[in-house]
Amino acid sequence: MSYFLQQLINGLQLGFVYALIALGYTMVYGIVRLINFAHGDVFMVGAYFGFYALASWKLPWPLAIMAAMVGCGILGMVIERVAYRPLRSAPRISALITAMGVSLFLEYFTSLRFVFGPDYRAFPRPFAVTSFAVGGVAVSNIQLIVFAVSTILMVALTLFVNNTKTGLAMRAVSFDHNTSRLMGINVDWVISVTFGVGSALAGAGGVLYGIAYPQINPFMGVMPGLKAFVAAVLGGIGVIPGAMLGSLIMGVVETFTSAYISSTFRDAVAFGILILVLLVRPAGILGKPSREKV
Amino acid sequence: MKARPRYSGAIALLVALAVYIGIETLILTGALNLYWQQIINLAGIITISALGLNLIYGYTGQFSLGHAAFYGIGAYTAALVTRTIGGHNPAVLLLALAAGAVLSGFVALLIGLPILRLKSDYLGIATLGFGIIVKVLLDNSDTVVPAMGGSRGMSAIPKFTSFLWVFPLALVAVVVLRNIVWSGIGRALISVREDELAAEAVGIDSTRYKTLGFVIGCMYAGAAGGLYAHLFTFLHPSNFDFLKSIDVLLVVVLGGLGSISGTIVAAVAWTFLLEGLRIVLPPAVQDWRWVIYPLLLVIFMLARPGGIFAGTEFKFLRPHTTK
Repeated sequence: MSYFLQQLINGLQLGFVYALIALGYTMVYGIVRLINFAHGDVFMVGAYFGFYALASWKLPWPLAIMAAMVGCGILGMVIERVAYRPLRSAPRISALITAMGVSLFLEYFTSLRFVFGPDYRAFPRPFAVTSFAVGGVAVSNIQLIVFAVSTILMVALTLFVNNTKTGLAMRAVSFDHNTSRLMGINVDWVISVTFGVGSALAGAGGVLYGIAYPQINPFMGVMPGLKAFVAAVLGGIGVIPGAMLGSLIMGVVETFTSAYISSTFRDAVAFGILILVLLVRPAGILGKPSREKV
Repeated sequence: MKARPRYSGAIALLVALAVYIGIETLILTGALNLYWQQIINLAGIITISALGLNLIYGYTGQFSLGHAAFYGIGAYTAALVTRTIGGHNPAVLLLALAAGAVLSGFVALLIGLPILRLKSDYLGIATLGFGIIVKVLLDNSDTVVPAMGGSRGMSAIPKFTSFLWVFPLALVAVVVLRNIVWSGIGRALISVREDELAAEAVGIDSTRYKTLGFVIGCMYAGAAGGLYAHLFTFLHPSNFDFLKSIDVLLVVVLGGLGSISGTIVAAVAWTFLLEGLRIVLPPAVQDWRWVIYPLLLVIFMLARPGGIFAGTEFKFLRPHTTK
């Protein structure tokens, strides 16, 4: 039983990191219907910002997270401005291919020697790791920090989307671009903010991932990015609580598969569950089924 | 659409024959070394696989991000067939390709019937998931079939694939696809792509046609995979991962959705561009190859979002139309 609880905690840790990535995916998809494949690589860049903030500038870890959030937020807005905005009225597949191109570009450009370099780097531990025994289960301070920071960011995001004017504009734009424009909303700006906020969350996720799983390289974003996206779909894409729920499920399922079956099958089980959920509830667990208009 | 000129099909076939004999002569005289032969063959193989995806996505409108899985199923099946039969007779290749195509098509039927109910991006994600599951299974395949090698890779596959085989098979693939697309079945597939509800309303069984398009497209992938296996004589699950599905999708979109001509041109151009950059760039900046390639991709998409051919065709691929 304690083994079970221990794995549950480990799974939640992974799930919370996925959630920070998944939120960006789901917000961007909700507003421009684009699978932003470059998002996982923004997460990777965030981890590197954190790496430099901790290792070179010797910042305390909360500031490192903030630095990564600002850096990634700007990166996300630049990507949107340069690569996606000119394609907004083009077929959706063109934007998807462009996203793939941006993703490859970020991976290979940062692999160049004078950028981040292609090698694995050890992520610095900003504090000594201690763990607390709670009812026979060991919870480390890293896990507590991951839980706490993710929860704070998710609460902040929910408040932002539900209670601010920009958040209201975001929700309006996700319904209908043209009507929003008629209501006086600056759609381009709102989309830009959405990319910025989503990328900032991914940046925070990158630093937390680096602290929790201390090895980073320019391709580290590919698999977590895919899985976070899948988690967003699982929960219901475009729905913010859905992304959180889907990510936690994804993290826990993956950890349990590694613990009880075999780590080689963890991706297969995670994606198998995705397909089953999609077949039963095509819009995801918390998604609203869309009616087809004739 | 303008009627195509008479005899243009016959002329195109003659040109194809001339290209075939020309390149084969260059190979036999040793003017093209093994490296270039391999690239030419790869271009042909990617053409076949991409034509399959174009049928699925370009003509039938079903978004698939798992094409490499079917490519992989075909490759491993064909390799198992030739290794089991043994011998040095290249005609075994045809049997192996048929086996690869049939098994790919069968798996496509099994997986397609449930998941083709999903629409657009959701179908893409489900096929992506299927692709990752297939890769995990291939990684662990050696526990069931030791010959498949699992994550160590499958080796000792006879080298049967040569230009002699690839070109005619690619040609057959083009002609068959052209005839499907311009037949009644093709019209039904396109109507499903344009508007599924309207297609149903005029009596087209959309599930049936979606599945049909998907199965035939995946059979193309399976046959292409079989050629790939016997070209490189070594298979590894990472040759069939998610990025390989994206590669094929790139070719189809760059060429233009719903354009056979576009797929052919894009497949050849894409293969040669990747290798060409390797040759053009000085050794010191080889690392930049994969930086330049996505940049070109993004610039191309920004400049021409509809792809090279954007729904048009070479004249000889169009049907005779009535006046």
